[in-house]
Amino acid sequence: MHLILFLVFAGFCLGGAINLLIQSHPINSALSLIVVMVSLAVLYLLLGAEFLAAAQVIVYAGAIMVLFTFVVMLLNAGREAHTLGSRAALRLGFPAVVAILAVIATVILRAQGLGVAKLSDGITSTEELSTVLFTKLLLPFEVTSVLILIAILGAVALARHDDTDQRANVERTGK
Amino acid sequence: MSSFLSQEVPLSWYLLLSAALFSLGVVGFLIKRNLITVFMSIELMLNGVNLSFVTFAHQWHAVKGQIFVFFVMMVAAAEAAVGLAIIIAVFRARATLAVDRIDLMKL
Repeated sequence: MHLILFLVFAGFCLGGAINLLIQSHPINSALSLIVVMVSLAVLYLLLGAEFLAAAQVIVYAGAIMVLFTFVVMLLNAGREAHTLGSRAALRLGFPAVVAILAVIATVILRAQGLGVAKLSDGITSTEELSTVLFTKLLLPFEVTSVLILIAILGAVALARHDDTDQRANVERTGK
Repeated sequence: MSSFLSQEVPLSWYLLLSAALFSLGVVGFLIKRNLITVFMSIELMLNGVNLSFVTFAHQWHAVKGQIFVFFVMMVAAAEAAVGLAIIIAVFRARATLAVDRIDLMKL
């Protein structure tokens, strides 16, 4: 059962990731990224991380990808054009990345003492996770809340449409 | 039926999947020419790394690996909010999303 679930959702994961690269319209890429993230949530569950599986669906597949699709639609992003730069990146970058993947895969396959995962392993309960998070790692957790606050302020400040921008635009386009 | 249920998956397969996702993210980062899709490739790389954190947390029965993934998710959410705000600001100034045409930091 574990093997079948792993193969199915690993296939979804890789298929979605490859589809993200093939598609030329950003909205199709965003939708395939959602497939990747939901399949990853199932894989987290197979590895016994129930809280992370839920957070993956809610935060990644929910919040972040909604933000992405919203921006794609807001900016009315069209198909991308392949340029000289992208062809050069494909010719030079692709073999380099395949070489890096081969090195990583060799290291992983030669590693000793890696265990196996099976369905009877049990899951890490959210209680267990939160005990460590709110006792030993309380300071990093609180610092992250400051980070989120700064991110909110930064996002608002950057995306705000103020008059100086508008005037610069008008001057540049001559309208 | 019991042998069917007790089938197990080596953790190296999970690590290989994580490496493959990361590499696909790098390829996307290199070949995509749309700012938003480049950003999505970064998210793909983050997800690949998260999978290997969860795999090692399972291997060593350590909760801290999973908590690290939780922090990565929070930082990714903050990064997505700020990054997309920057994309909107760039689009407003340049009226394009093609990375080849966004080669100056000044507006």
